[in-house]
Amino acid sequence: METKTRVSMPEQAASKRNKNFKEVNLGLTEKLAIKEANRCLQCKVPQCEKGCPVNVPIKEFIALIKEKKINKAIEKIKEKNLLPGICGRVCPQENQCEKKCVLGIKSEPVAIGHLERFAADNEKEKPISTIKKNNKKIAIVGSGPAGLTCAAELAKKGYSVTVFEALHKAGGVLTYGIPEFRLPKKIVQKEIDFIKKLGVEIRLNSLIGSLYTLEELRKGFDAVFIGTGAGVPSFLNIPGEDLIGVYSANEFLTRVNLMKAYNAEYDTPVKKGKKVIVIGGGNVAMDAARSALRLGGNVTVMYRRTEKEMPARIEEVKHAKEEGIEFMFLSSPIEILGEKKIEKIKYIKMKLGEEDSSGRKRPVPIKNSESELDCDELIVAIGTIPNPVLQRKTKELNFGEKGQIIVNDSGKTNLDGVYAGGDIVSGSATVINAMGDGKKAAEEIDNYIK
Amino acid sequence: MNKIIEKKQLNATNILFRVEAPEIAKKARAGQFIILRIREKGERIPLTIADWDKDSITLVFQPVGKTTNELAELKVNDKILDLMGPLGTPSHIEKFGTVVMIGGGLGIAPCYPIAKAMKQAGNKVICIFGARNKELFFWQDKFKKVSDEIILCTDDGSLGIKGFTTDGLKQLMQKGKIDRIVAIGPTIMMKFITLTAGDIPVVVSLNPIMVDGMGMCGGCRVLIDGEVKFACVDGPEFIGQKVDWDSLLNRVKTYEEEEHKCKINLQ
Repeated sequence: METKTRVSMPEQAASKRNKNFKEVNLGLTEKLAIKEANRCLQCKVPQCEKGCPVNVPIKEFIALIKEKKINKAIEKIKEKNLLPGICGRVCPQENQCEKKCVLGIKSEPVAIGHLERFAADNEKEKPISTIKKNNKKIAIVGSGPAGLTCAAELAKKGYSVTVFEALHKAGGVLTYGIPEFRLPKKIVQKEIDFIKKLGVEIRLNSLIGSLYTLEELRKGFDAVFIGTGAGVPSFLNIPGEDLIGVYSANEFLTRVNLMKAYNAEYDTPVKKGKKVIVIGGGNVAMDAARSALRLGGNVTVMYRRTEKEMPARIEEVKHAKEEGIEFMFLSSPIEILGEKKIEKIKYIKMKLGEEDSSGRKRPVPIKNSESELDCDELIVAIGTIPNPVLQRKTKELNFGEKGQIIVNDSGKTNLDGVYAGGDIVSGSATVINAMGDGKKAAEEIDNYIK
Repeated sequence: MNKIIEKKQLNATNILFRVEAPEIAKKARAGQFIILRIREKGERIPLTIADWDKDSITLVFQPVGKTTNELAELKVNDKILDLMGPLGTPSHIEKFGTVVMIGGGLGIAPCYPIAKAMKQAGNKVICIFGARNKELFFWQDKFKKVSDEIILCTDDGSLGIKGFTTDGLKQLMQKGKIDRIVAIGPTIMMKFITLTAGDIPVVVSLNPIMVDGMGMCGGCRVLIDGEVKFACVDGPEFIGQKVDWDSLLNRVKTYEEEEHKCKINLQ
């Protein structure tokens, strides 16, 4: 039995990919996919499926890949997940389905994410069977993973769905946040196009709370789902943060991804630092660091805890290291120095203390351990908070201290017919969790309307 | 939607577009702005809504960079690719007493809806407008209808007071009580109006660098009383006395080098 080692994902060589924005992971060939699918034990009670927030029928789709029935496999996945090309790429499978895979106990789990991606990428397009429409209208606010999923699920049930997106392109964080080399925009577009084919209308440049109020949506639609995300960047709040060359990861990534500043044909500028420091240890920090590297910088990621506590996916950290990104652990910036532009940062060494509420050891500054480091660009990737626009204009909606919308177990807000999910509720989580919320809300909305 | 229904060269430097945008027009309030993009590879740029009626909004701009120069090339019946708005927190309008509206150059245009709303709220409205020379004023008839007095200042003395809007303000301050000032124009002008005004509250409309215009990028962050605020959602209007002007004056120059390269390419 060849079940021990999993098939490795073909990649662009690190020395080549660190200079371009093309996708790093190249995708499994059919031969490799079938080889990997054959590792699956087809457990009687598949544990992996319990780890999936949207309940993808993992066992069944892998069985179909084994039999070379790729189109059947993708159909199977799409019964539960309409963004498989995206999820296959950006889901943290190691903490979800693959974490539960029994093969993982003694060796490596089945590469479920890679197989999902394989099925999605090799789908042969076919016409969508017509859906019988009911006469109910649903408004979705935000076209990120939560909104798109909720929209698609409701469209499948026959609802007329309109998605309101504030930016000029749909996709939310999939479009403005996650870089091309990790999630090609043509994949995002393909999956959004599929959702549109289900009859979902996406209205761009439509900021809710401004162009229309929530009240107006409630009057015009039978139910509303809010998936506006956690789009507001947190800053360090240290001196010098207003110097030229200091970015939030959101601004840097929006310029690079949404506005395509990495491509000289596009007008939007972005600073291309020679010595770039990225503050933070999450996926966004990795995305920013690896983008800055591709723009020609020497990049150091500075994180206040150790590698073990980093919230970023293991694969992202591994890729970043291979590409030549340096890491400074147990270090935290205390001041940004420079006259008009950033010239250096002052930072302090940290040590790990007691565990905090997140179960991670709290970093504590070590006295008199300050040093300075030269740099010409700093990217702050220490998290985001919920977007406030809708809440500010909708006083009757219950929201918490950090601006997150408060919902009950079924995703319902305090307002009748108004549901919310994704990062606007959770604060900051993953694409797949947001999708799980969107899906659950779709069920609840369906129950509510019936 | 987004169709240019009127184009007017207001003077040598300023161009007016009236754009079909009934939904934005319906929600627009004084002090708000839009973000537009004119082609797939173009930038997003913010412009203040200078006026609106039932079906359209009025934008006034000056071709200075690549995007505004391309915008100037558009003709009547052309469509603006993306138009997002209305954005920002509307002006605070109430009966203050005597309100002085100060507009410098292109900043004259966005003064209009605020002057109008201030007048409607029962204020005495006095306008002080500044420009390099007399040719560069516009909308004087429009402003006459919404203000009690208009004071013009020109750098070259070709009309009104020879000097800057600060000189106009100094003279006016000697004549009587002013309850509130609203100043819109180049950042440096707004800074000096604030310094001239002393204790009189000055509302300034800031125009820092912006990408999304709805609180996501933080590029437009400004220091207000030492605290980070986003001009796009917390502003664009702030009390001038609380603004860290030196920080803002530095940050608006972030892409000076890139803009310079852009202009070389244009020539």
